[in-house]
Amino acid sequence: MTVHAKKFMQGNEACAEGAFYAGCKFFAGYPITPSTELLEIAAARLPKMGGVFIQMEDEIASISAIIGGSLGGLKSMTATSGPGFSLMQEGLGFACMTEVPCVIVNVMRSGPSTGFPTGPSQSDVMQAKWGTHGDHPAIVLTPASVQELFHETVRAFNLSEQYRTPVILLYDEIIGHMREAITIPAPGEVEVIDRLRPTCSPNEYKPYDTQHGDVAPLAAYGDGYRFHVTGLYHGADGFPTNNTKLIEETGQRLLRKVDNNRDKICKNEELYLDDAEIGIFAYGVSARSAKFAVNELRKKGIKAGLLRPLTIWPFPEKAVEEMAKQVKAIIVPEMNLGQIVYEVERVAQGRCEVKGLFRTDTEPIKPAQIIESITGNGFFTTSKMAEMMVDRDMLDG
Amino acid sequence: MSTQTEDTRPLAKKKKKVPFNYSTFIRGGKLPHIWCPGCGHGIVLKSLLRAIQTSGLSQDDIAVISGIGCSSRTPGYVDFNTLHTLHGRALAYATGVKLAKPKLKVIVTTGDGDALAIGGNHFIHACRRNLDMVIMVYNNSIYGMTSGQSSPTTPQGMISTTGRYGSIEPTFDTCKLAQAAGATFVARGTAYHFQELEKVLHEAIMHKGTAVVDIIDACPTYYGRFNKYKTATEMMEKIEKEGTVSVKQAEKMSPQELEGKLLRGVLHKSDRPEYLDEYNKLVERVQAKK
Repeated sequence: MTVHAKKFMQGNEACAEGAFYAGCKFFAGYPITPSTELLEIAAARLPKMGGVFIQMEDEIASISAIIGGSLGGLKSMTATSGPGFSLMQEGLGFACMTEVPCVIVNVMRSGPSTGFPTGPSQSDVMQAKWGTHGDHPAIVLTPASVQELFHETVRAFNLSEQYRTPVILLYDEIIGHMREAITIPAPGEVEVIDRLRPTCSPNEYKPYDTQHGDVAPLAAYGDGYRFHVTGLYHGADGFPTNNTKLIEETGQRLLRKVDNNRDKICKNEELYLDDAEIGIFAYGVSARSAKFAVNELRKKGIKAGLLRPLTIWPFPEKAVEEMAKQVKAIIVPEMNLGQIVYEVERVAQGRCEVKGLFRTDTEPIKPAQIIESITGNGFFTTSKMAEMMVDRDMLDG
Repeated sequence: MSTQTEDTRPLAKKKKKVPFNYSTFIRGGKLPHIWCPGCGHGIVLKSLLRAIQTSGLSQDDIAVISGIGCSSRTPGYVDFNTLHTLHGRALAYATGVKLAKPKLKVIVTTGDGDALAIGGNHFIHACRRNLDMVIMVYNNSIYGMTSGQSSPTTPQGMISTTGRYGSIEPTFDTCKLAQAAGATFVARGTAYHFQELEKVLHEAIMHKGTAVVDIIDACPTYYGRFNKYKTATEMMEKIEKEGTVSVKQAEKMSPQELEGKLLRGVLHKSDRPEYLDEYNKLVERVQAKK
């Protein structure tokens, strides 16, 4: 293996590096804290690489432009934060419906509305799944370190190309702005996947022809395949349809192409889950604190374990179910007022206690808080969870 | 509009009769279109196809992109690279397509509501950038697809479903707006003057930069009915024929005579640098520095 120089890099920088590594050649965006570095890096780097950078008039235009860019054949990306992500929802739905690959970065800040622009948050995790109207597939990745951000950005492009669907990279301001050591792999070292291109003649080409699987090859505009794309429900040929059967089939296929591939799309890190009695389900920056907490708890003899999803959507149902079968309680620390905790609760189906640990003062959840929530000295002293802990003499550990 | 019959009328520019086969450009099986009887959108489409033909561009090298509304259904019928996007967003999508595939001639078919209300921001910024594309605003002064609400070009006093007692809002002049925002080709035509429109569209296609063509194309079903025009023809004559004068005619008219009339023809042309040319220069410049 080649030895690569370690670099010291900001999260947003690593994201940009990952995008370029994956072959991103088109970036359209609009300034917004705390994602602006991505826009600035793209503006500096893409012209040098012969790619396209454009600063659009707003976030609606930004996501529209990248979908257009992707249909023109280039791997495309935009980056934003809460208010901009809200504006991008209609474009996100369009990309889902028309099956146009693209990557959308949302560096989460505190909301609603303008909220607290310079502070971290994890409060868009449900919006990332449900923000756009209608039933639609969602692939959302939640990296938790600078190195991971690089790799997950490459994976975001790969998944987007592979499944012809928009992929959202969702991380908070801390991950976006923190600086850590990172090693950039050499070209070819990490797999880069490109969308399937048609091999048939232009006359035979149908942009949504699924006879060989749920994901059809995608031609680029101007390459001789004169195809039609619309946000209306459409058939295999891409033209609008009133056929009720076709409408239902297309809608189901959009979800199915992600659902049927959960095993390939979901990715988790597990820590001490084999014999865990207390589980923690945490993502992004909160998972960093959770990891520290788990190690500390283990030192105290408390059998804690961590499940950290790198793919938050589709939700890692299998892994959570397994954990719920085994542990007595699952703690879900998140920087919002309760979002993913309800997904964990849904999957746990009462097999174990599920408790959220929420913080929205724009300070990260500290390891001590997580430890205290388990040992009963902190946030949840009156909760059933904490009583259970006390009963089991865990404080002595 | 039939795809079968050959139109043997003369092209606007040429004297001799040229057979025109619309089925070259119309996708098989996609007609009839959704436009109402008496609507001029089909006439505009004919003018567009004829203008495209005289441009000599290959169908593979043309992209027709739209937003939402009656005019925005155009891409589905025509055999080019076609994209039917979201309400108001056509120009942002078109910007992406053009930048990713510069060889494409991008033609946007949009309406007064699509381009000037919900898409107003994209419209002024597209004009400002002067990226090479044609923006055809099918201007019928109403939201046709949603059954006749006021738009930014509904004249004051006129009736719509959201202006039941007469619209009180001032209107946008598409051409003045486009010129002020920086478009380098600005023209106006009507469905009534279809040969003139073909000429103007041809010029717009051949222009390098953002070309805006405001096309007065009244809606008989809603605008016409609400505002007591007895027939579609009467409406076309009143609004499109009598309501407009060509730039040439206007030269001989007094300001009083021109009051309330819209000018037809090419209203503005300038040769400001085109966006992609500037971007390519920038790329060359930064790559040379390496």
